[in-house]
Order: sequence, then structure tokens, then C-alpha cells
Amino acid sequence: MGDQLIFTYDIDGSDFTRAGEASSSVKNKLKMLGVNSEIIRRVAIAMYEGEINMVIHADGGQITVTVSDDDIVMVLADRGPGIPDIGKAMQEGYSTARPEVRSLGFGAGMGLPNMKRYTDQMEIDTVVGKGTTITMKVAF
Amino acid sequence: MKLQTILKLPDCRVLSEGRPEREVTRVFCCDLLSIAMSRAPSDSVWVTVMGNKNTVAVASLADVACIVLAEGVSMDRDSLEKASEEGIAVLSTELPVFDMALNIYRAGME
Ligand SMILES: Nc1ncnc2c1ncn2[C@@H]1O[C@H](COP(=O)(O)OP(=O)(O)OP(=O)(O)O)[C@@H](O)[C@H]1O
Ligand SMILES: [Mg+2]
Repeated sequence: MGDQLIFTYDIDGSDFTRAGEASSSVKNKLKMLGVNSEIIRRVAIAMYEGEINMVIHADGGQITVTVSDDDIVMVLADRGPGIPDIGKAMQEGYSTARPEVRSLGFGAGMGLPNMKRYTDQMEIDTVVGKGTTITMKVAF
Repeated sequence: MKLQTILKLPDCRVLSEGRPEREVTRVFCCDLLSIAMSRAPSDSVWVTVMGNKNTVAVASLADVACIVLAEGVSMDRDSLEKASEEGIAVLSTELPVFDMALNIYRAGME
């Protein structure tokens, strides 16, 4: 087995304007590693949506990205309110985003569907009142 | 066509130059960020009325070449700085979204 690269980020839940910095950083790192641009785009989209969700819906958390020979795995863990109905949350157009967040352009209810569409595998592990961990994989 | 052509369009103010030599291929209009995130083509010109830092983040992640703020919307200095850093052009116009997008299209994307 080859080497693994692991990147971890603490996501500040109180600052909308900084949301996306972790995704940007990963995008730049993958570029430097010479990863195929279509794969970078998919990882960037999926991770950004997850990162933004952690800020908007869950007061921040932690993201770990592991790059190995076969795939890129993103684990996004928060201690937010959890998702009571995953089926509903996965529907395009479903959103509980607050008005002040919507006024910034969020709340289309497309984040989770995008995450699913642009990754090869996505798993949501959530407990109401405890938090949510989303694991996404993009294969090379 | 080159981004340069768009930077020179009438009725526009250039807030950040980006990379004028960059080749731009499409024009895209949307204000909802997660739709733009997945739908904005690489190297596109994105016409929107959302002028905040998240717009810049989405543009950067989606490889958008230029953000055009319609309806007189402006962008704060912090976000503009970020756009410059990322090499993304930012323009502002009083025109509505459709009119502006049409101007861009007619400038060389037909
Ligand atoms: N990490 C999370 N913790 C708690 N709830 C979440 C989390 N992520 C998503 N949700 C819930 O799932 C809903 C759908 O999420 P999704 O990302 O698809 O849309 P959105 O964030 O509301 O809008 P958009 O992503 O289009 O800007 C959210 O409105 C929220 O209720
Ligand atoms: Mg979302």
C-alpha cells in the first residue's frame, strides 16, 4: 500500500465569511499533487457543500480529508442538532436555512443532493441532539 | 474569447481585473449558491446579484473566471481582496441580469 496524506481542519461555526476556506485549501493541495481536474472539481463541490452545512446548520466541526492511492475520503463531523429525517433532507429543494442565511444565497436545498451526485459514496451518520458525521468518497 | 473583452464592455465598472488573458467560454446566471456551485461551467462569466464573500468562494471552487454583479450590487473590500488573490475578475453594472448576460454573449460567445 502507498502513502496516505491526511489533512484536518477545524471549522469555525460562527463565521460565514470564512466558510469555504478548508475546501479551497484542499483544492489547492490536490492541484499541487497533480490530481485530475475533474476529480478536484467533484471533491471541491462536495466538500464545500458539507463545510457550509456545518457552519449554517451545525455550528462548525471538524473535517478530515485522506488522500490515498485509490481514493479521496472526506469525513465531516459536527456536534450540531443532527438531521431528524435524512430522506427529507436529501430531497432537492428541502431546506431549513434561516432567512438571514438565505439572503446570502444559501437555502436552495441542493447541498446534500450535490454531495451525493458528485461523490462515489456518501454515508450520513446522525443522531438528533448529538451531531452528524458525513463520510464521502471519490475514487480515482 | 478573452476575459479582456468583457473587462472593456460599456456600462461596467471593473472592481478586480482577474487574469485578462484568460479564455472565457460561457455565461452563466444564478443567485443560489449551491446551484451555481454545481452548474457554473469552468472558465465562465457568472452574472449574479449576490456580492458577498461566499460568492467569491463558490466562484473560486467552481473555476469561474469572472463575477459580474448586476443591478448595481457592489462587493465589500474584503471580498474583493479575496477575489484578486484568487485571480477572479469582478465587475459591477447597473443593468439587470438578463441584459448584462446578453451583452456578454453578444460580445463574442455567439
Ligand atoms: N450538518 C448538518 N447538521 C444538521 N442539519 C443539517 C446538516 N446538513 C444539512 N442539514 C439539514 O438538511 C437540510 C438540507 O441540506 P442542504 O445542504 O441540501 O440544503 P441547505 O443547506 O438548506 O441549502 P443549500 O445547501 O442549497 O444552500 C438543511 O436545510 C438542514 O435542515
Ligand atoms: Mg447546504
